[in-house]
Amino acid sequence: MNAHDTWIAFYTILRKEIVRFMRIWSQTLLPPVINQSLYFIIFGAYIGSQVKSINGIPYMAFIVPGLVMMAVITSSFTNVVSSFFGSKFQKNIEELLVSPTPNYVIIAGYIMGGVARGILVGAIVFAISALFTHPVIYNGWIVALFVFLTAVVFSLGGLINGIFATKFDDVSIFPTFVLTPLTYFGGVFYSINDLPPLWQTLTKFNPILYMVDGFRYGFFGVSDINVSFSIVMLAAFTFILAFAAVYLLQKGTGLKS
Amino acid sequence: MDALNIQNLTKTYATGTRALKGVDLRVKSGDFFGLLGANGAGKTTIIGIMTSLVKKTSGKAEIFGYDLDKDLNKAKKEVGVVPQEFNFSIWEKVIDIIVAQGGYFGVPRSVAMDRAEEILNALDLWSKKDQTARTLSGGMKRRLMIARALIHHPKLLFLDEPTAGVDVELRHGMWKYLNNLNANGTTIFLTTHYLEEAEELCRDVAIIKEGEIVRNDSVKNLIRSLEKQTYILTVETSKGRKPVKGFDVRVIDDATLEVDLHKDQTMSLLIHEFHENGYVVLDVRPKGNRLEQLFLNILQNK
Repeated sequence: MNAHDTWIAFYTILRKEIVRFMRIWSQTLLPPVINQSLYFIIFGAYIGSQVKSINGIPYMAFIVPGLVMMAVITSSFTNVVSSFFGSKFQKNIEELLVSPTPNYVIIAGYIMGGVARGILVGAIVFAISALFTHPVIYNGWIVALFVFLTAVVFSLGGLINGIFATKFDDVSIFPTFVLTPLTYFGGVFYSINDLPPLWQTLTKFNPILYMVDGFRYGFFGVSDINVSFSIVMLAAFTFILAFAAVYLLQKGTGLKS
Repeated sequence: MDALNIQNLTKTYATGTRALKGVDLRVKSGDFFGLLGANGAGKTTIIGIMTSLVKKTSGKAEIFGYDLDKDLNKAKKEVGVVPQEFNFSIWEKVIDIIVAQGGYFGVPRSVAMDRAEEILNALDLWSKKDQTARTLSGGMKRRLMIARALIHHPKLLFLDEPTAGVDVELRHGMWKYLNNLNANGTTIFLTTHYLEEAEELCRDVAIIKEGEIVRNDSVKNLIRSLEKQTYILTVETSKGRKPVKGFDVRVIDDATLEVDLHKDQTMSLLIHEFHENGYVVLDVRPKGNRLEQLFLNILQNK
């Protein structure tokens, strides 16, 4: 395929993905927005009013980046895993597999679909946070970089989950038993500096910490971890997962007998 | 140039099933080729390998000279496939399914829209373009898959039992469409369980049995190779008529006879002999399908 054909193939996959999640917006956009709004109300407005500020930031404002990031992570992961597994289940993934679309383009199309949904949901959640606190952005580029890379990483994670999934249960195991605990322990609701030393060390093995912390830096200009280190970590995750996804698709894992 | 060239192709699935045991097959460009075989003989596996949905174990496969091991994407560009099972998203609209497939082959959306209109009209599906696929009947779904496979104008079309479950009228309509397509230069590779379909459409056929090609010839030659063909004769009456010598005749009822015509006998001779013996022959038709007889003979090792 030449560059023009490749672009058309990529655009087709991306368009299809966006049309898909917009068509079922009540399942794809609404639930995370409602969830995060409840967090704002319960943890922010009610419990948060009784919590002291963290790193000089009011608690309500402190949890905004974490909650936005939570929505981005969940939405981008879920979008790709459900769409890809759905295509496998209905066998319409074969439409792509019989075509000359290169594997990296298939991956890019699905990933950007996940990124689009993640960022859209994140933007809505951020807009809702304005009802509870005055939003501030310290460095828009950092915010954009972290939200984009995080959405890419979790979209790739969703794709790999989708490649291996053989039944619907497999689609929900990772989000339930891995993603949710990691997100909760990733510093969404607290600063790791407030944890005992052992827990601080353990938390540093959690990749979500770097995403939430770097993202929060973009809003307030303060962080628990060096931001450059967080960017390197995110870039490393992106590279490793992208490589794994290309390898698995090339090998036909879960797709070809 | 051959549209398809397969050499010593083998496939052993992870379960240990040897689906293909060294298949050699060539299909000429422009041919209407039929691959016949019982369920599980290896027909779908061959199509799966040629369309890259199944990984071969060993052997060589080429499409229009493109080696699938070296130039897979170039080969894919020349191929359209209509699989046995429905494999589209039932939640998508007919037009979206077809236009997206064009996109995967690099066909711009505006071009794909025009082509989709032309193909859907030809397949009598244009009025359903805005319906989701799940609302279509079985026959419409089959035609949708044909339309989808043609959106990028492939030079080689694989049809894996395309008329399964389709009513007689629709099937004949699809035959006409496929014949036109072939007449316009598209090479067609068909698998079917309807032997009359293969006899009607194909110029060349191969018969596959347990992963091996056991016959590969033109339909004409295969039919000629039959030792005998059975015909049903409708006569005014057979009462009081003398037996016809030289033919195996079985009386079904007063007006219906079953006659075996051996390889060395002609239809003219048969009619003549019956006429000489006082029969008034009203109608002659083959009993069953001729290719079917051959197919059964081969499968039963006769």
